[in-house]
Amino acid sequence: MGVVNHPPTRRELLVGSGALFAWSQMPRIARAEGRDPRLLVIVLRGALDGLGAVAPVGDPDWISLRGDRALVLDGKPPALPLDAFFALNPAMPNLHRLYKSGKAAIVHAVATPYRERSHFDGQDVLESGFTKPGATASGWLNRALLSLEGGGRVDPRGSRALGIGSVTPLVVRGSAPVMTWVPQKLLPASEDTQSRLLDLYQHTDPKLATVLQARMKLASLSGAPGRGDPMSDDPTLAPPGIARVRAYFAEAAGTAARYLAKPDGPRVGAMGFVGWDTHIAEGVASGQLYNLLGALDGAFAAIESNMGEAWRETAVAVVTEFGRTARINGTQGTDHGTGTVAFLIGGGLAGGRVIADWPGLKPAQLFEDRDLKPTTDLRAVLKGLLRDHLRVEERVLADVIFPGSADIKPMGGLVG
Amino acid sequence: MSNSAKADAVLALHRFGMGPRPGSIAAIGGDPRSALIAELDRPLALPAASSLPSSAKAYRTVADANARRTARAKQAQQQAKKQQMASASGASGDQAQAQPEGQAQGYAQEKDAVEMAAKQAADAIPDPGRPIYLQEAKLRTEAALSADIGFAERLVWFWSNHFCISANKIQSMSGAYEREAVRANALGRFVDLLQTVESHPAMLFYLDNLESMGANSTAGINRNRGLNENIAREIMELHTLGVRTGYSQDDVISFANVMTGWTLVPPGANPQHGGEFTFNPRLHEPGGQTVLGKRYEQDDAEQGRAVLRDLAAHPATATHVATKLARHFVADEPPPVLVEQMAKAFRDTDGDLKQVAIVMVSSDDAWRAPPLKLKRPGEWVIGMVRATGITAVDPVRYTGGQELLGEALWRPSAPKGYPDDEASWIDGVGRRLDVANNFAERISGMADPQAIIEDVFASQIASEVKQAVGRAESRQQALALLFMSADFQRR
Repeated sequence: MGVVNHPPTRRELLVGSGALFAWSQMPRIARAEGRDPRLLVIVLRGALDGLGAVAPVGDPDWISLRGDRALVLDGKPPALPLDAFFALNPAMPNLHRLYKSGKAAIVHAVATPYRERSHFDGQDVLESGFTKPGATASGWLNRALLSLEGGGRVDPRGSRALGIGSVTPLVVRGSAPVMTWVPQKLLPASEDTQSRLLDLYQHTDPKLATVLQARMKLASLSGAPGRGDPMSDDPTLAPPGIARVRAYFAEAAGTAARYLAKPDGPRVGAMGFVGWDTHIAEGVASGQLYNLLGALDGAFAAIESNMGEAWRETAVAVVTEFGRTARINGTQGTDHGTGTVAFLIGGGLAGGRVIADWPGLKPAQLFEDRDLKPTTDLRAVLKGLLRDHLRVEERVLADVIFPGSADIKPMGGLVG
Repeated sequence: MSNSAKADAVLALHRFGMGPRPGSIAAIGGDPRSALIAELDRPLALPAASSLPSSAKAYRTVADANARRTARAKQAQQQAKKQQMASASGASGDQAQAQPEGQAQGYAQEKDAVEMAAKQAADAIPDPGRPIYLQEAKLRTEAALSADIGFAERLVWFWSNHFCISANKIQSMSGAYEREAVRANALGRFVDLLQTVESHPAMLFYLDNLESMGANSTAGINRNRGLNENIAREIMELHTLGVRTGYSQDDVISFANVMTGWTLVPPGANPQHGGEFTFNPRLHEPGGQTVLGKRYEQDDAEQGRAVLRDLAAHPATATHVATKLARHFVADEPPPVLVEQMAKAFRDTDGDLKQVAIVMVSSDDAWRAPPLKLKRPGEWVIGMVRATGITAVDPVRYTGGQELLGEALWRPSAPKGYPDDEASWIDGVGRRLDVANNFAERISGMADPQAIIEDVFASQIASEVKQAVGRAESRQQALALLFMSADFQRR
């Protein structure tokens, strides 16, 4: 006798294994200006090697730092030139194209205020928006949603953050309720069963009632996204190969974009991708990091195409908890570090540049003689986006969204 | 049996066990605390485990299959190339020159055909890791379904998650790891559990220690390789002391040096012992190391064992472990008095985990907390199935369901394991409805919701739930509502 249902399909597994996203109503001030901005946040969990993604090929110490593991313009495959100093990992032709057309910007030597090297604490800081780990009641995106006055399109109390998968990321947790999108491959419970259960929860467990209500509301918002998807069902549960990782990234990001693009859909979302903790055989130009960056690049393409018309009002921020060691470790990988990169893409951006106050790579210029020294506070970038794209007030940004960040000025000019 | 005794028994089964099953309330009788403690005296070993391979054997089996796959693929590749060369020598060179683009396309197709042949040849040899994983999953799950209370099984699950590995990285060993390292020590001393877990090949593989070598070790110098900090950091941060408890980056590096040389016997070279733990002095960083202010001068595996002993005995470890246990069993924010009682028991008994568990269930604070803790998906599924009396599992369905619910068996996405707080899981409750609804559909021919409420739960279910079940339009709907009720979701 079996325990649960049917063998899960490939699509369900892909979506069920770790990406999440979130959303809420449309910001009123921006709407008053005749804009309808979208913001998607992608968290790369595990700490992205910023130097492996965007290489400072013009730095005289670059080659001596990484030796034959350094990305170079005449490498195999060659790194993609961004400007006279930086070059992009060759796994990311889409990002390169977006950059060249001014629809992508890269921030380098950037970090949150966190200076230790625990993934989990680092992600807490990245996602909570607080300066120290431990404050895990709510995420900065959720608080940003609350600070935006609803444009009347959706009752603010009915606004929802949405997650794909079953574990909600901290960045979207908080007082604004979170809505989970799940693929509808299982025979769903009937509407009748759902409303009876809702009635039961309302009498016995208000928190569960909120969750169920969110799910029912989402189901009614539209048909299930991804319908007509050509991906075939695959009942095997083998560990994900890179093809499945690519498919997963594209599927999850593409689904997020489809929701954000809808006229009556949410305007703000977040999701996470795991797998960036490249301790062994990092494979910057052919192995695991190359593959992951390629999958991320595919996710960018899926977002761009699924956003449709809304692309020109879209900003996507891709962030990670910290960087990795500047030098390669003893196992051809990198250990936990500090400074890294953030990617900003979208039709709404004023891109085409690498934003960096370059710290240099000489031993004395490295943070604790081991990591890329952070010279830009990631909060300045996020505050700039929230202020100029969504019109979150600067005072609120300093007090509520990123508490204690009054000295960190929002970075201007990111949005076109 | 009084109603309050029944209510205590139901709470015991939900909070500390795997959930009520037919007959379990009667078996607990009027004294749930003694019944929980008595369960800890029974053997934890899985009776049917003798049919399963050891972790080393499982690893060798997969390694052998992989080697054969590689060989087959290479053979097929060579054959396909030969065939292509034979047919190409008959083609006209002029034509190819006239159509350089077509020629390039032709090469690409040929290359694809060669790769396809190689893949087909490799795929003809199936991966033995997957059936081993499924067998292990079946055994472990059936143990949870058939346990009288399931307190001991819950402790195995807890420690398995605390010292998690991932089957995404090392599928062949994932089940055997739990049996050999966790299950064998879950009611013993923490230090023994720690030593076994950290020297287990699955953990050394998972946390990247196999290739870590001292920069000044023989192999490090010869191969120009060095250290990987992963295992050292996670042992201190996740397995013992807890994050932000005073260790430094230097401590991590020194401890990583200590751990160099902890590796496994290469499976290809040794058909008897391949895949077993070994200490390889060639990889080991020579000389003494200082960890947390103490000097360790040993020059072999004893150095690592000594550090692990001291980490196990560190007061921060007692607090970390007590907090996590109390959070898992009792409440997201466990009563501080309870945590301190458990931490004290840990310190006073040199980390006797059975005593810590006994102190937990003997404390009034562990029982007084309101039943608000949201079950994790795995626990909830087992509770649902136990209520029906089913004890056999189709492991493909079961593991697939766990994956859908976000708690894939032995596949957490990071070394921290699956989280234990409501905020992480509550938004997935909607997903549980799909699973409950489907399960209800499958069993509605054999399970009677009224009988489950009366016999399995001794009617200790909220009156609103009884009412909803009574009014349901079908047996399937009644079961789905029952399984989804807060009485099933929370404890």
